[in-house]
Amino acid sequence: MAPILEVDNLSMVFGGLRAVDSLSMKINEGEIVALIGPNGAGKTTFFNCVTGVYVPTEGDVYIQAPGATERRSIKGLKPHKITEGGLARTFQNIRLFSNMSVLENVMIGHHHRLNSEVFGAVFRDKKTREEEEKVVHDSYEILKKIGLENHVNDLAKNLPYGAQRRLEIARAIGTDPFLLLLDEPAAGMNPQETKDLVDLILRIRDNEKISVLLIEHDMSLVMNLSERIYVVDYGKLIATGTPQEIKTNKEVIKAYLGEEVDA
Amino acid sequence: MFNLKELRKSFLTSLWFMFLTFPIMVIKVNTITDTVEWRWRNLAFVGVSAFILSFVWRWALDRRAKGGKAKKDGIGFKATVLAKTNQYKLPGLIGIGLLVAILPFFASMYTTSVLTTALMYVILGLGLNVVVGLGGLLHLGYAAFYAVGAYTYALLHYHFGISFWVALPLGALFSAVLGLLIGFPVLRLRGDYLAIVTLAFGEITRLVLENWNDFSFGPSGIANIARPGIAGIKMKLPQATIFIYFIAIAMVILTIFLVNRLENSRVGRAWEAMREDEIASQAMGIDLTKTKLLAFSIGAVWAGFVGVLFAAKTTFINPASFTVWESIVVLCVVVIGGMGSIPGVVVGALVFTLLPELLRSVSEYRMLVFGITLVIMMIFRPGGLIQKTRKSYKFKKEGDGE
Amino acid sequence: MKLDFFFQLLMSGLTRGSIYALIALGYTMVYGIVKLINFAHGEIYMIGAFTALIVSGVLSMYGMNPVFIFLIAITAAIIYSAAYGVTLEKIAYAPLRKAPRLSALISAIGMSMFLQNYVLLAQTSDFLPFPELLPEFGFLDPVKFIISTNQFLILVTTTVVMVLLTFFIKFSRTGKAMRATSQDRDMAQLVGININKVISITFVIGSALAAIGGVLISSHIGQINFYIGFIAGIKAFVAAVLGGIGSIPGAVLGSFVLGITESFGTGYISSDYEDAFAFVILIVILIFKPSGLLGRKVSEKV
Repeated sequence: MAPILEVDNLSMVFGGLRAVDSLSMKINEGEIVALIGPNGAGKTTFFNCVTGVYVPTEGDVYIQAPGATERRSIKGLKPHKITEGGLARTFQNIRLFSNMSVLENVMIGHHHRLNSEVFGAVFRDKKTREEEEKVVHDSYEILKKIGLENHVNDLAKNLPYGAQRRLEIARAIGTDPFLLLLDEPAAGMNPQETKDLVDLILRIRDNEKISVLLIEHDMSLVMNLSERIYVVDYGKLIATGTPQEIKTNKEVIKAYLGEEVDA
Repeated sequence: MFNLKELRKSFLTSLWFMFLTFPIMVIKVNTITDTVEWRWRNLAFVGVSAFILSFVWRWALDRRAKGGKAKKDGIGFKATVLAKTNQYKLPGLIGIGLLVAILPFFASMYTTSVLTTALMYVILGLGLNVVVGLGGLLHLGYAAFYAVGAYTYALLHYHFGISFWVALPLGALFSAVLGLLIGFPVLRLRGDYLAIVTLAFGEITRLVLENWNDFSFGPSGIANIARPGIAGIKMKLPQATIFIYFIAIAMVILTIFLVNRLENSRVGRAWEAMREDEIASQAMGIDLTKTKLLAFSIGAVWAGFVGVLFAAKTTFINPASFTVWESIVVLCVVVIGGMGSIPGVVVGALVFTLLPELLRSVSEYRMLVFGITLVIMMIFRPGGLIQKTRKSYKFKKEGDGE
Repeated sequence: MKLDFFFQLLMSGLTRGSIYALIALGYTMVYGIVKLINFAHGEIYMIGAFTALIVSGVLSMYGMNPVFIFLIAITAAIIYSAAYGVTLEKIAYAPLRKAPRLSALISAIGMSMFLQNYVLLAQTSDFLPFPELLPEFGFLDPVKFIISTNQFLILVTTTVVMVLLTFFIKFSRTGKAMRATSQDRDMAQLVGININKVISITFVIGSALAAIGGVLISSHIGQINFYIGFIAGIKAFVAAVLGGIGSIPGAVLGSFVLGITESFGTGYISSDYEDAFAFVILIVILIFKPSGLLGRKVSEKV
């Protein structure tokens, strides 16, 4: 089976700094993969390159949706085109639509799959009405799965912190992706919330058939959750393998885990 | 509140303002007769007002600072008020509708004309609200679109004798096209840069109208523009005034209907998402280019409509009606009314145009009062007179979630 | 003769540029520190000019030496503009420091309306003649047809002020605090910089510079009214944006680019569109260089 995401020798140079240095990565359908590394190792920059916020300086990014027969390059596409292609992301520093309701946040996720334009908005024809009803319904279903169904009409900014992180995930699922890119989803969460998050991510993978690539600093979460791990340092890939392999990898211990080996 | 420390503060404030306003308020140099007029009364006036107002100011700021905590209760309170008003909503609307319908037959021609102007600002406000309130794009050149509408009718009428009804869609169309033209180059700009560039576009439009004599007849403008008629009937001025009033009413109703529909649609959601966070909205699959251009051109449509109506109402236009201050006044209508809120913008436009008429005796103070009102509103009620209420959805807890 | 015309335009462009620079610095410094377009800055400049006019009007009744009057008037203008600037900040901007940018901008527009109408009502809406206080400089006689005394004075004053300002910002303690605050306000606060003081000083300096510009140009042009601040303010703001708002050398560069373009544009193309040149180059530059000539490219952190 072909990988759903294939990153080929991707580099991103800012001025003289190689924030990402010929990084390659393959993600297969149904996998949960983690990208770890010390602060400033280039993980978020990597995400930004894959999702179109930056155009990578070198290398290429390919996607192949499950069931598709050919891979296609998404390098240089605008972010919304990449989202249409089937990648969805969350942000390290939460970027919700603060003054919109929780439900509307998820509805925005559906945006690119809807067709109604100004005409439909004004005349509210049958097709538009059905489409809107379906969006509301589908969005609510997603919120139920994420456990936010009691906050449907709350403003996103009024949610507690952990719920805001989950809403970001819900919003991303709204775009109907086959790969979800989570940028530090557990940052700032307490142990209980983190545990719930692990369950949530597993459910998303198993029930929604969405593969996951995540950046995370919480080692217990990474080790419990991911099937494979990529470790980067100074923009370069230094190791890759299963959690067991990474735990015992000397390079990683030296560069990243340091004395936290038993974490 | 009135302890020694507070008194001292107010006293110092009062002294400060007396110092501050001394040259401009007290001294008046007459350069022709070479005499100086000393207006000491003004100094006393400033001193006393500053002393009192400084108490009010500190009290209000204090109250605002404490307001953060009380907010939660505020929401509950609002909900009950809403629930109550709902049951009066229909009769209320009918009442207002009747009043609006019979008003021009009792009011003077002057009053009707003022009301029409107010209605025009309602439409302008609602149009700009699409750009600023929903799209979050700070637009300071809105008057240019208004001008395009007005000149479309004036010129087409002058050269080809085109009627009001034909000019109306054309004005909106040209205005929307200009919206697109302005929209393209400013796509990459954000916030303050966008504000100043739209202001520049607005001013360029005005300067072109002022100086391109062969095209626009320059500062002297275009006169004798026809009032709207129906089936060739020539109306006398009083009838025409009332007729234009009803056209404006119809346009307001249509605008409210359309803006409301747009707001609660996929398009409107995209605008709001863009306002909240451009990067996140792109990541959620929204095409920013398209969404922005759409906001600019749809917002411009209404300015085009009102421009045509304005030309028909005044029968004379010149570039002086489309200065940067016109754009700022419309922006004020939107902000004071409540950004993104349709009833807010309606109320804002009425307040902004009718209040000065009511206070005609002190009309020279009008801009002064507006200016300070803007400041006070921003500090103490930034959401505007009527804040936007979001649409809420109800779902059954169990079952299939309908 | 053609060459004379060219030099006249060049001088007039440099003069304009100097005045724009004096005003634009206020915009750019305030923007650097509080990230706010001080829309009322042009009004501060206008108030400076009015104060000078009033003070010199009163003093000339007593038959004082005109040069003395000029010096006193410009000092009064600086003091009053600075006082107005600081008060403006305390009333209209300080309470909005944590509010959305749009709120602060609208508050600034409100203040601009207020101050214009305040001067209009307390003084007059007519143009007032600004007294000629300075004698013609004799040594300029040979080049009189190219540069006037006032123009000369404007160029010299602006240069001196720019040099002083540069030294102040580079080397003084307050200047360093200002730079730190503009880089990262929260961080500056953490290391013990008194933000309120820095903001106040910024307004004082910006307003004082505007006052100098106001007095110099009024004495050059010879008349003022309540509305001069708005137009000059918008143009200076254009200059600041052109150079990259927040950047001090940028504001100076942008001002001279604008002044010279305007001058040559009116001289060689058409004087009808005098005000349009500013806007056209603004748009052209921002389209190709969205953060201005010398502005730092601000890419939002994602």
